[in-house]
Amino acid sequence: MATALESGDAGALLSRELAGDFPDLRGRYGPYGGRFVPETLMPALDRLDAGVRRWLKDPAFVAELEDQLTTWVGRPTPLTYAATLSQRWGAEVYLKREDLAHTGAHKINNAIGQALLAKRLGAMRIVAETGAGQHGVASAAACARLGLPCTVYMGAIDIERQAPNVGRMKLLGATVVPVTAGDQTLRAAIDEALRDWVSDPNGTYYMIGSVVGPHPYPYLVRELQAVIGRESRAQMARQAGGLPHAVFACVGGGSNSIGMFHPFIGDRDVQLVGVEAGGRGPKLGDNSATLTLGSPGVLQGCYSMLLQDENGQIQETHSVSAGLDYPGVGPEHALLMAAHRVRYEYATDDEALESLAECCAAEGIITAIESAHAFASARKWAATHPRGRILICLSGRGDKDMPTLQKTLLKGKL
Amino acid sequence: MAGQISGSRPGHEAIGAAITAASARGEPAIVGFLTAGFPKRERFREDLARVASAADVVEIGVPFTDPMADGMTIQRASHAALAQGVSLAWILAELTALAPRPKAPLLVMSYLNPLLAYGLDRLPSAARAAGIAGVIVPDLPFEECADLKRALEAEGVGLVQMVTPVTPPERLAMLCAAAQGFIYAVTMTGTTGKSVAVPDDVLEYLARVKAVAPIPVCAGFGIRAPEQVARLKGHVDGVVVGSALVEVLERGDDPVAFLNGLRTTR
Repeated sequence: MATALESGDAGALLSRELAGDFPDLRGRYGPYGGRFVPETLMPALDRLDAGVRRWLKDPAFVAELEDQLTTWVGRPTPLTYAATLSQRWGAEVYLKREDLAHTGAHKINNAIGQALLAKRLGAMRIVAETGAGQHGVASAAACARLGLPCTVYMGAIDIERQAPNVGRMKLLGATVVPVTAGDQTLRAAIDEALRDWVSDPNGTYYMIGSVVGPHPYPYLVRELQAVIGRESRAQMARQAGGLPHAVFACVGGGSNSIGMFHPFIGDRDVQLVGVEAGGRGPKLGDNSATLTLGSPGVLQGCYSMLLQDENGQIQETHSVSAGLDYPGVGPEHALLMAAHRVRYEYATDDEALESLAECCAAEGIITAIESAHAFASARKWAATHPRGRILICLSGRGDKDMPTLQKTLLKGKL
Repeated sequence: MAGQISGSRPGHEAIGAAITAASARGEPAIVGFLTAGFPKRERFREDLARVASAADVVEIGVPFTDPMADGMTIQRASHAALAQGVSLAWILAELTALAPRPKAPLLVMSYLNPLLAYGLDRLPSAARAAGIAGVIVPDLPFEECADLKRALEAEGVGLVQMVTPVTPPERLAMLCAAAQGFIYAVTMTGTTGKSVAVPDDVLEYLARVKAVAPIPVCAGFGIRAPEQVARLKGHVDGVVVGSALVEVLERGDDPVAFLNGLRTTR
């Protein structure tokens, strides 16, 4: 079982993380991670683990993935110098443009990689969950591209607030199943996707959308998303003349952030800042700031940080951004926090919306509300670090957020 | 202190003995499941006593917000119980205060997180004090269970292992060797509550489990009709009846008549 962290473990955990010891053979990142699933799924996870080991570093697989990323996804995505934000903030601001990846967010990096893997493993059909709809669209697109049937579970509340993405999934041939149980958002969608997978663990491949869930998913998704950080590192050296002083990325489940951070973990002079959804404020139920405000526990297959009550019941969360509206977080983030390598903080709904508006006006880019959380923290950091060199993961575009933006930033303006 | 775990006999042996005694009478033993505090929190002790009077073993479900192995009925029951303030601490207090004690051994089924929140250090002694003979944790696979199993064992409380139709032979043997109380043979891949026809391949699977099981085997998931129990007779030592019994309690029907009715087909 999980053991409590001793104080003073931070240095040792970081050394082991840097040495590549995590995940260990039990799928642990220090005390976090592991596999906490019904027995029915254990053989499927063993097969997936074997498949990940067999294929992820296989030269032919890597070449096929590279080809899809280059010719279909549109990688490498650009690094944009944000001239006006730089001037306004008194900083050097660079944006990693995952919004320009096919389907409009970083989610496609993971979806196409897992779809290729699912093919190799002989999957008959794919199930996926989605919150903001970006992973759902990416899964639907990747499955269409590779000829795999795809079913996407999506909370009824999210279906309403991310309506444009529901139509995109359907056009791409996916079956979208509304989830009216539980909190009707991402957590309930994952529960339903897991129940689907439990019903057919041999023929169905569960394409999880973030670095959460049972081992080996947090590892698999991190490896597929690390392309963000690898490209950024090289682009910063080339375009900015050096590594950033600080890197900002939003954290819901944590896939764009782990993908951005992981290649920088060894760069001790680069500050890494994960930005969670502060929602309406710090009261339990008003936010999705799992790392900043949560406590350890087991949800949906892994031991990590959670938003829960004193009886271990998972709390409903709130965020204006559907993609961050989740009470858990990837176990490697919990480790990076315990190891004091990444600082986690939160930005509120209002701060995120304000930053979204600022980015629109300054750079001509409508960011996803999720990504806008990273901008809000970066702006605060810039205020105390004059001329700091900042890298922000612009993880997705905001087109999908129009229903929410109509009710917030655009309210009374049309 | 609970009668069934007084003296030196561990609680999980009492579970096995109750199942063996029932199946020796020629019918599969019945493990009856109810979600604690559903449909009404005030009626929990009364519902428990009625179920325990007709079942050979009683499995008490601790409600959890995210019951990923469960179908609609137990999801609904769990959320309704939580809405009435049911918690593991409340359940343990209710069980500790039970008088008279039910004859049937009591099991608790809980997802892992409520157990973690209660504290794995204080759970085993509290479980023993509450007269709990065994624990089932559907999201705690064998690889992660060693510490909890050892701690429970020290208090005479058993940890039940689940096996499924997709469990490979070597893993099946490993799980059966580690199991305490009984082996919970999940009849199908899927969540609880859906009806199962019990086709021949399920009987073949149960025969594979029986062949390596050192303790009684109970089939569960989707058992809701006397025809199923009759078909399973001779193939397993017991059946677990969950969602169907929860639905009986939800409708306000008589759980004793329902459970006895499962045994009437010969």
